[in-house]
Amino acid sequence: MKFLSQLISGISLGSIYALIALGYTMVYGIAKMLNFAHGDVIMVGAFVVYTACVKGGMNPALGVLIAIAFCTVLGVVIERLAYKPLRQAASLAVLITAIGVSYFLQNMALLIFGSDTKQFSSVVSLKPITLAGGSLTISGEIVTTIIVSVVIMIALTLFVNKTKPGKAMRAVSEDKGAAQLMGINVNGMISLTFAIGSALAAIAGALMCSTYPALSPYAGAMPGIKAFVAAVFGGIGSIPGAMVGGVLLGVIENLSKGYISSQLSDAIVFGVLIIVLLVKPTGIMGKKINEKV
Amino acid sequence: MKMKRIIAVVLALALVFAFAACGKNTDDPADPTPVENNTDATPVAFANEGTIKIGGIGPITGDLAQYGMAVKLGAELAVAEINAAGGINGYEVAFNMQDDQGDAEKSVNAYNSLKDWDMQMLMGTVTSTPCVAVSAEAAADNMLLLTPSGSSIDAISAGDTCFRVCFSDDNQGIVAADYIADNNLATKVGVIFNSSDSYSTGIKDNLLTEAAARGFEIVAEEAFTNDSATDFSAQINNMQAAGAELVFLSMYYTPASLILKQARDIGYAPIFFGPDGMDGILGMENFDTTLAEGLRYLTPFLETATDDATVKFVTNFKNSYPDQASYLNQFAADAYDAIYALKAASELANVTADTAASEVGDLLKVALTQVSVDGVTGTAMSWAADGEPQKQPRVAIINDGTVAAA
Repeated sequence: MKFLSQLISGISLGSIYALIALGYTMVYGIAKMLNFAHGDVIMVGAFVVYTACVKGGMNPALGVLIAIAFCTVLGVVIERLAYKPLRQAASLAVLITAIGVSYFLQNMALLIFGSDTKQFSSVVSLKPITLAGGSLTISGEIVTTIIVSVVIMIALTLFVNKTKPGKAMRAVSEDKGAAQLMGINVNGMISLTFAIGSALAAIAGALMCSTYPALSPYAGAMPGIKAFVAAVFGGIGSIPGAMVGGVLLGVIENLSKGYISSQLSDAIVFGVLIIVLLVKPTGIMGKKINEKV
Repeated sequence: MKMKRIIAVVLALALVFAFAACGKNTDDPADPTPVENNTDATPVAFANEGTIKIGGIGPITGDLAQYGMAVKLGAELAVAEINAAGGINGYEVAFNMQDDQGDAEKSVNAYNSLKDWDMQMLMGTVTSTPCVAVSAEAAADNMLLLTPSGSSIDAISAGDTCFRVCFSDDNQGIVAADYIADNNLATKVGVIFNSSDSYSTGIKDNLLTEAAARGFEIVAEEAFTNDSATDFSAQINNMQAAGAELVFLSMYYTPASLILKQARDIGYAPIFFGPDGMDGILGMENFDTTLAEGLRYLTPFLETATDDATVKFVTNFKNSYPDQASYLNQFAADAYDAIYALKAASELANVTADTAASEVGDLLKVALTQVSVDGVTGTAMSWAADGEPQKQPRVAIINDGTVAAA
């Protein structure tokens, strides 16, 4: 029973990592850049929900919708102002800019909300599920997070593989120049990618803070890094890979906390990452790319 | 023509520097900001000229602001009362509280700017980790440091001018273990602690040692770090699986609030018990107080106590800060007692406005071992030469969203 509850907590933590990792992998897959500000967009999303629902007393569903709209616009604006002027620049310059945006968002939140931790009210009204005669309880937040992550993963995979904008995105990802020659609006596609990634961030923020209800301007930083690791673990650029990587990371982290040592869990997680990358450098579900010489 | 231009530029530069220098004199952040005397409308005439300057350091903003603000208000209340009654040895008392956000580096910076302000003694710092850094500086300067609430062992171990008002971690871990054993609260106990924080680890170590001596079993010992302070499900699952009847939360209240929620999520309801860092949990913005129902914690101060010192302190605090009553907690009480202890010791040692800080250190480190202060956090408080206070803590319990004596 202990193993089962450890496993379920691990999957729940992993689904949150997966939800964040989907945003990372989406942007990396299409725009070929690491958006390190992604974790902080999650924090912004959570603060919008907090302001709307806790301060403004709005319906949680409405609050999440407002957060999605806000983060979508924020994502597009960040891309326009910070990343678009660097389209031709070296990838290192874009990476540093992303870190700059991350600090900018953290400090804006510090200015507006202050650095003390806020208690978040759950946006999930689902009742906890009790199994095995009360010895195993799964909270509504955990169930919701797992379901939402799976639904989003399936929807994203279908969108990228089956729709016309999805096809255009894949074309941009493969060769920007050629895509432009085929009449695809490259900038439009990249904006769309950021819009989707940031909308996912808002959902991830609301669910993360419902499960772990402490919200501060730094709340997105550590989960952002863990989710980045999850994306690399699963194969960055691959949508099912982000899901698999996120859930595996959460499960490994929780099982090592539960059975080996709660002090060594991070070391174990990163140790496993190193081993996976040694054996399979592109991650678990990453595609092998043959460079033509 | 060219010469004229050069002269003009030089003059302009000189002007700029002159203004900059002026600005530095008037806008210096370390400028004295003496506390307004708000208990008495008529200005008090002091017997002597000059001020005795007491510095304060604590987290007025940030995660631990609940503690820092409480200390600030408690100390300011004591200073206002003392000034209304004629000051210390006939000198007006000036109190200057600087923010450190609970960070060691910022704390040392705050200490240095207080030194620039000519502080004679320090009431601070509020939390343990910065106190370790600041007490090393204070010991080197022979500055008297009286921390209201820095309870880790090494917070005052840097030198013989470092003292504290609250009980040490040693004491908290031991007293908590004794309380569990004396009241037969549980025979199987689990401990969760923050391995990246000396306050948390210190209490845990002493609890474990004392538990062995008092014959109850520690069935689970789980850690977390500042970087992993959101998900506690694995630790809580282990507590539940090990059958812990009581979980000791050796930490501050922010992670504790998450543990309380996640334990309820999986339907686990042991007795929760913690150190004085739990104080303030009910004051968190938007906190669901039913989560903390039945939580016990060590505290030297209970608002509901009926002794004279507590009643006077509570009444004056509420009158002076009607909008900030949530800061009326043990940290405010510790700070209030700290200021009165400094007053008693300064009077015994005849400290004046002109006594140099290093000399004050020499005088007060002896005087503090000789005073006997009847304070809010304990009667007949005195100090040992190693800086530890001589008093026993009490235990509080949260009932129906309010704190009561357990």
